Amino acid sequence: MSAPALALRQTGSSARPLRVAVPVAVLLALVPLVLPPYGAILLAYGLVMAIGALGFNLLLGYTGLLSFGHSAYFGVGAYAVALMVKYLKVTSMELFLVGAVAASVLITALFGVVCVRYTRIFFGILTLALSQVLWSLAFKFFWVTGGTDGLRVPTPSLFGGLVTGAGDKTAFMSHAYYYYVLIMFCLCVALMWVIVNSPFGMALQAIRDNETRAEFVGVRIWRYRWVAFMVSGVFTGLAGALWVPLNGLTTPDIMHWTFSGEIVFMSVLGGFRSFAGPIVGAIVFNYLKTYAVGYTVYWQLLLGAVLVALVLSLPTGIVGTAGKLAARFQRRD
Amino acid sequence: MDVLLIHLLNSLLYASVLFLIAGGLSLIYGVMRIVNLAHGNLYAFGAYVTAWAIGTAAAGAPLTVLLVLLPAGALAAAILGAVLEPTLLRPFYKRAEEYQLLCTFGLLMILEDLMRFIWGPYPLSASTLFESFGSLPVGDSIYPTYNFLVIGVGVVAAVFLWAFIYRTKFGVVLRATSQNMRMASALGVNVNRVYVEAFTLGCFMAGLGGAIIVPSQSAVLGMGVDALVLAFIVVVIGGLGSLEGALVGALIVGFVREAGITWFAEIELAVLYLIAALVLLVRPAGLFGRP
Amino acid sequence: MSLLVTKDLMKWFGETHAVDHVNFTVKESEVLALIGSNGAGKTTLVNLISGLLRPDGGQILFRNQDVTRQSVHGRIKAGIARSFQLVNLFDQLTALDNVALTIFSRGGKTANLVTLAAGDSAVWDEGHEILRLFGLETKARMLAGGISQGERKLLDVAVAYALRPKLLFLDEPTSGVSTREKAPIMDTVTSVVRSTGISAAIIEHDMDVVFNYSDRIVAMHQGAILADGTPDEIRRNETVTTTLIGTTEAR
Repeated sequence: MSAPALALRQTGSSARPLRVAVPVAVLLALVPLVLPPYGAILLAYGLVMAIGALGFNLLLGYTGLLSFGHSAYFGVGAYAVALMVKYLKVTSMELFLVGAVAASVLITALFGVVCVRYTRIFFGILTLALSQVLWSLAFKFFWVTGGTDGLRVPTPSLFGGLVTGAGDKTAFMSHAYYYYVLIMFCLCVALMWVIVNSPFGMALQAIRDNETRAEFVGVRIWRYRWVAFMVSGVFTGLAGALWVPLNGLTTPDIMHWTFSGEIVFMSVLGGFRSFAGPIVGAIVFNYLKTYAVGYTVYWQLLLGAVLVALVLSLPTGIVGTAGKLAARFQRRD
Repeated sequence: MDVLLIHLLNSLLYASVLFLIAGGLSLIYGVMRIVNLAHGNLYAFGAYVTAWAIGTAAAGAPLTVLLVLLPAGALAAAILGAVLEPTLLRPFYKRAEEYQLLCTFGLLMILEDLMRFIWGPYPLSASTLFESFGSLPVGDSIYPTYNFLVIGVGVVAAVFLWAFIYRTKFGVVLRATSQNMRMASALGVNVNRVYVEAFTLGCFMAGLGGAIIVPSQSAVLGMGVDALVLAFIVVVIGGLGSLEGALVGALIVGFVREAGITWFAEIELAVLYLIAALVLLVRPAGLFGRP
Repeated sequence: MSLLVTKDLMKWFGETHAVDHVNFTVKESEVLALIGSNGAGKTTLVNLISGLLRPDGGQILFRNQDVTRQSVHGRIKAGIARSFQLVNLFDQLTALDNVALTIFSRGGKTANLVTLAAGDSAVWDEGHEILRLFGLETKARMLAGGISQGERKLLDVAVAYALRPKLLFLDEPTSGVSTREKAPIMDTVTSVVRSTGISAAIIEHDMDVVFNYSDRIVAMHQGAILADGTPDEIRRNETVTTTLIGTTEAR
């Protein structure tokens, strides 16, 4: 059971992650110029999910808390945007993001207070239960949330109104909005990277590895878990907010536990004990889902079976396994 | 007055089913220290199997046949449990708990779709049995007779379980293993066998809960997760690992839910969560749990 | 001058009085050994004072402050730190990381989410310094889970020390370590403790260690303090020798 790689070596190894991140960012930036519009939009969905999974994994990989209710925060972000459209007639993406973050902070602070008092099983089921409550509320208060029909969200304006969605929606989504998502993705990845490599991040990992000792070096367990819970939920809420204009619509489904299961799956697929794992997992999963959903309606069955198989035989996921293979081929002291 | 009595009976009805599900969950946890996230789906599985047996396969058969077939769901859930424990759960006992949670979560997803695959996306009902029992007068109102049967089963199950765990040899072995697995093993107890038996019993209970309730309400997709969440509230209140806790918790949840449905229908679930949250804050181990 | 005073401290586990009306004191700048057979209540006493357990009665005064109801965090801030009998480290982090994390925590810096840990050189320098004090500087970059048992014991103490406490509780710092290694460990620990003027209360079973390194010995038996005095006084105390030292000779 190896911990995620900590860039705590003092010899400025901030350089190493950049050596991977910059080329990847460049490649991602080239996508709309190389792929057809559908390809860029699909990848945009993947990047959005990656932000969500990144948030989720702060809790699982770094704090040791497995949440089965992250769909709730994704939904909060998405519905925050939809409700801002419905009641406040907002169209600015920046305002959407602010609103989503504010709503996420509120909900995660509340849910977190209850959930982080417990670990493991209790934490898992509590998060599941609370997300189901939100989901059922989205149904019950249909005059607000649109019930099963959901709420529509038109194309937002980006960069404070500089770029608007007037004109060809597909072109907007595959170019302007894609780049917007890409920028947010890069910012989120950078921010999360700093967070997990901060003293706070160290404290989280200490709590994960040895709760008693962490307490006895002065870390207030409850408080740190609560903050991690909120940061995690806000990232996922942000993902929800970015997702909604892509999808054009938000429905209660995204708050259902099945979507939470997908978030869990993405992280396990990519490898939850690494920083990049959830990112890779989310993007790969996005492609898998798009193509597999066409083949079978028993998507849950497939997902569940693969999850069990992963946990039984490939617990370190794609990134972890790739890392092990790479280490075997290259000798490094 | 009768209205109150009806509410009471409804609470007991609900509590009986909840006791079976939560009791199974608690039993498994008490012995094996694992929580099967798919436990609710075993309840659902029991419901579907019985609904199919009574409502489809043997539809139109005489009452006695239907009654005999009623526990079919419980047996099916037990068999499923007996198969699952050694294959999917045992590999995870020695590993970090996250993996066990992930595995049972995967199992939850598999079972959910499996039921959809076998029985389709529409509710499956077995109401003929329910209806043929008629109803009994309660004061000036009437109450379905079948519900009395369910409550009866709940009571019998509680008594039987108590006797089983505290009065039989297997019960002693079960309790010994739950208190100190290594010691029990050192004394010659076949822990693997105890585990599979405990798990099977727990699944049987969940399946029985589904089997007995299905004549009065159909089997639907998603009932498993709903049940899991409610069972969880029961064990939070009553204490995980305690059968008395499951009983008391089930009664409390039964009453609160009934009150909630009558007076605050919109937020009935939220009220339950509030209670669970309060209990967690005040006495985290639950009323009867081991801190 | 008393650094720590407990008044009628009590803890029951069911029917057992694990700690029974204990009046325990630790003076400033002293090394105290806490001895007693297994079950005497030594670890429970330390658990009560360090905050792992809540007492059922009595008071704990640290530097004249009542810390009886204080959280673990509060007690650490007041100046009480401890190591553990079963080595309790962050095995997935390096030795340096273990100490650095403690320093970050001490300084309240673990609240920083948006600064890189690697960037705070003062913390890392101090971490190296502490490792040097404990003779562990060569193991700085090794995972705590991968160093020898004796080194882990020292690291456990180093981590507690990194909190810069006024009172350090060490729970069997030489248990599980070969006889040959015990003296070097105790030499290191006591030299650090004495040179910084902090107090240390050490739970120990090894009588050689107890008599060679402590200024004062407190003997416990069945939850109560049996005797309290200098090593010479304890050696001459017949009650102690019959109840305790007889037991250790048989080991």
